[in-house]
Amino acid sequence: MLLIECPWCGVRDQTEFHCHGEAHIARPLNPDSLSDEEWGSYVFFRNNPKGLHYERWEHSHGCRRWFNAARDTVTDHIYATYKPGAVKPEIES
Amino acid sequence: MSQDYRLDKGGRLNRSKTLRFWYDNKGYEGYQGDTLASALLANGVHLVGRSFKYHRPRGIYSAGSEEPNALVQLESGAHTEPNRRATEVELYEGLSASSQNCWPSVGFDIGAINSKISRLLPAGFYYKTFMWPGALWTTYEKFIRKAAGLGKSPTEIDPDSYDKIHAHCDVLIIGAGPAGLQAALHAGRSGARVMLIDEKPMFGGSLLTDSALIDGAPADQWVTKIINELKQMGEVTRLTRTTVTGYYDYNFVVANERVNEHLSPNRKAGGPKERLWKIRARQVVLATGAIERPLVFADSDRPGIMLAHALRTYIIHYGVLPGNRIALVTNNDSAYHSALDAHAAGAMVEVIDVRRNPSGSLIDRAREKGIHIHENSTISAVDYRRGKLRGIEVMQLSDDGKAVRGVPSDSRCDLVAVSGGWTPTVHLFSQAKGKLKFLDDQHCFVPGERAVNNQGFEAGACKATWSLSDCLKEGAIAGASAASAAGFESTATEDAPETEESVYGPARALWILPTDHPVGRGPKKHFHELHNDSTVADIALAAREGFISIEHLKRYTTTGMGTDQGKTSNLNALTVMSEIRDVPIPEVGTTTFRPPFTPLSFGSIVGHDRRELFVQQRKTAMQPWHNRNNAVYEDVGDWKRPFYFPHHGESMHDAVQRECLSARTSAGIVDASTLGKIDIQGPDARRLLNMVYTNAWSKLAPGRCRYGLMLNEHGMVFDDGVTTCLAENHFHMTTTTGGAARVMGWLEEWLQTEWPEWQVYCTSVTEQWAVASITGPNAGKLLSKLCGQPLDEESFPFMSMQSFSVAGIPARVFRISFTGDLTFEINVPARYGLALWEALMEAGQEYDICPYGTEAMHILRAEKGFIIVGQDTDGTVTPMDLGMDWIVSKTKGDFLGRRSFTRSDTARSGRKQLVGLLTEDPSFVLPEGVHVVEKLKDKPPMSMLGHVTSSYMSPNVGRSIAMALIKDGFNRKGSTLEVSLMDGSSHKVTVTDPVFLKSGNE
Ligand SMILES: [Zn+2]
Repeated sequence: MLLIECPWCGVRDQTEFHCHGEAHIARPLNPDSLSDEEWGSYVFFRNNPKGLHYERWEHSHGCRRWFNAARDTVTDHIYATYKPGAVKPEIES
Repeated sequence: MSQDYRLDKGGRLNRSKTLRFWYDNKGYEGYQGDTLASALLANGVHLVGRSFKYHRPRGIYSAGSEEPNALVQLESGAHTEPNRRATEVELYEGLSASSQNCWPSVGFDIGAINSKISRLLPAGFYYKTFMWPGALWTTYEKFIRKAAGLGKSPTEIDPDSYDKIHAHCDVLIIGAGPAGLQAALHAGRSGARVMLIDEKPMFGGSLLTDSALIDGAPADQWVTKIINELKQMGEVTRLTRTTVTGYYDYNFVVANERVNEHLSPNRKAGGPKERLWKIRARQVVLATGAIERPLVFADSDRPGIMLAHALRTYIIHYGVLPGNRIALVTNNDSAYHSALDAHAAGAMVEVIDVRRNPSGSLIDRAREKGIHIHENSTISAVDYRRGKLRGIEVMQLSDDGKAVRGVPSDSRCDLVAVSGGWTPTVHLFSQAKGKLKFLDDQHCFVPGERAVNNQGFEAGACKATWSLSDCLKEGAIAGASAASAAGFESTATEDAPETEESVYGPARALWILPTDHPVGRGPKKHFHELHNDSTVADIALAAREGFISIEHLKRYTTTGMGTDQGKTSNLNALTVMSEIRDVPIPEVGTTTFRPPFTPLSFGSIVGHDRRELFVQQRKTAMQPWHNRNNAVYEDVGDWKRPFYFPHHGESMHDAVQRECLSARTSAGIVDASTLGKIDIQGPDARRLLNMVYTNAWSKLAPGRCRYGLMLNEHGMVFDDGVTTCLAENHFHMTTTTGGAARVMGWLEEWLQTEWPEWQVYCTSVTEQWAVASITGPNAGKLLSKLCGQPLDEESFPFMSMQSFSVAGIPARVFRISFTGDLTFEINVPARYGLALWEALMEAGQEYDICPYGTEAMHILRAEKGFIIVGQDTDGTVTPMDLGMDWIVSKTKGDFLGRRSFTRSDTARSGRKQLVGLLTEDPSFVLPEGVHVVEKLKDKPPMSMLGHVTSSYMSPNVGRSIAMALIKDGFNRKGSTLEVSLMDGSSHKVTVTDPVFLKSGNE
């Protein structure tokens, strides 16, 4: 079970959290201007890397705040957690 | 029989406490301090079970948790437990156990026929069977099910209680042998919070059976001294009888403490039977020791053959000498300890040593005692007849150790003890994603690199450190280093007491011992894996059939897949495959060890989360009234909702029909408290509603309500509900009962991750409001009796909300409707919910007010064609598919899911659309979920048009009604389709509009 640092609450057990997949996917500001393919890529396509992954987490059984985490999908090492809107940290993995 | 094999003295027993116990319905005696295994051996009982596959007789093989054979069914009735290791079951007065896998008795077993037909049960038998013609499977399944399987699971409810506890510590030390005790001592001295855990009833590990001296005194005196010092440390927790079963990410460790399990089921002691510890440690020190490795020779699975260290343990720890004439077979020096101890205990002892010219102090001592040593020899045959080991044949080994030569010499013995050296216990290290490395000179895997998140140290035999003084030193360093890494001041030193111990000479790398036939030929069998009955020949077969990777080999031969996880067999299996393939062992690989280290009872995993605590129940404020009035409940999410309220002797069908009729003809009342409710406030509240709903919210005036559909970005409906404007920047949103948490999460997701600058705040108020919904032609008259408010159309129009007192209770009253008739949803603070309900029931008497449940609610809405999200939709349905184009704003601009409407698949014609279905026979109710076709064919395949989503008998329409999602449904209205049911009947249905009842005004 992972140990995850909520940027608001501190370090807590994984059971308090939900993962919500890849982070840093902005909703298109003007969906009507997008081709079907562009919209489809926003709605359906996600990266599934082996290694470093930036992803969204929710402290669902805690403060209910969302945040981002940089996690290695192989080792489960979490390099960093940070608030939404914060700059994606550069990680050397 | 009265403990004929018990020594006159010795052992950590309370000899003043004689315990009587039963094994296979026969009475025996043992002492307090015995295990079931030691007590059976004291009584000369070796044969304890039949093997898994061939039903060969099997005996007690070890003295610990690695036991592959002596699995017993402990106790009977509600307390019974299968597959308990007799080597770990502590004896108590009245204990009763029986052997497994044998019928009618352990001595005479019908299944043993399997061993006669073993050529028909090769490795991979089950897989090959699966590939036989499918039709035969039902025949073979019976045979396999009967022959396979271990003990019997209990059929009664477990009467015991189980506990769970969370713990945090700085340094967790697993294993309390010499290294673990030293680690605890040195970590504890730093002031760190330390937990020391061991699976045995007492600390000491190998020191409990070691004759070495520490600081000039017997080892267990040193153990006592250390324990006493640990007891003085307030931050040190000591747990015995506790098995670490799993080591997970970020130093999360699960351990099972057998609190009262070692006592009789009739114990009077309080507390749980077992307690599951969930421990988060900053540092984990593994001092898990090693398990003795067997030698595999012809028929080495016979009862009366055990590991050499187990022999020693039975002598020293349990005061049992399990045989009078003992032959040890070994490839290393450690077995000589057992030989010397057995000799000292009075046994006739001989040693079969596979090495040429074994030498060293231990061997010299053995020779001095007159113990005969057969050098460069092996056991080529075992004489096991009529339930007893009677002797062995010894032969000389060829130079390469792969064959025998000369003539066999017979040797009488009643016990054989084997030692193939030691295998470090690396299970937990491997579970925690640590990489194992193979030590060529030691022929074993040891911990290599730790996983990045599982920081700690290893010490002692688990990393192939064999000398006692080195184990003590490593323990001290590991404990101090762990404390220091956890932030405590501690300097690692090799601070260790003086020891006197024997130095070992080299071992011979030979584990699979030959006999007069090539291994795998002839009548003798080489079982490398006792638990699941796998032989060296099976590995060869697997290799011939291409299953050479260890992961395939394991599954094909079932090696290591028993409840013992191959603790004694894995390395020998790897060795055999490495020789067959002629590659080094690391190239064959090692299997990944997975939790649990030893089996965990379901009781321990479940803990208190059973019966009424299994899942939480949410109850509305009105539930006391529902209980008093015979409500039958339905689970909706975690909520208990009244399903219907049957009168005495009334069937569900009759009750529901009555409720539906009453609600439409006079007045009905339903508990709607479970609807999700979200209070939304802030200057950007309308902006949020505009984005999450398909319709426009900019102009909704205070006091007005609007129905909305929520879509995901795929354009598919996922929730619906009515939202009311309470004030310019204040809204009250309702959601489906099951979707409340999902919708709340959805709003928060967008607000926090996409629009964090918007000023809008959402609060779940589902449980703050109790809701009674009254409906029907007399609903207005009824409400008038309880409030002084004009309720006419002009004063209180449809789709509006007003705040006033109802029966003296401050209320928000919503004039909205899910029945299509005049309805008031009266919301009051939850604590007044019951009072409101009772007041409405009393005032409603003159209108024969009828409380109705969820089933009637569903029928009433279906009569009007109102959808239930999640029943009439399934995540693939757009508003247009529901015929609800009217709710999709074309002008307000962007909202979630909108862009997906023009995706080719969403925009195409012929999608499944929601329609009504009427059966030809008005009294026939279609089953929900049934598929609809254009025209039935004689047999499948037929192309399906869609399925029935809702189907009821409607008393108000006067016939059955159904809703269905049908391909191109809107264009099929008026046409006739067909359904065929499981019972073989077929029915014609007519596609209609889903609004079945045109009366009603809302
Ligand atoms: Zn938090």
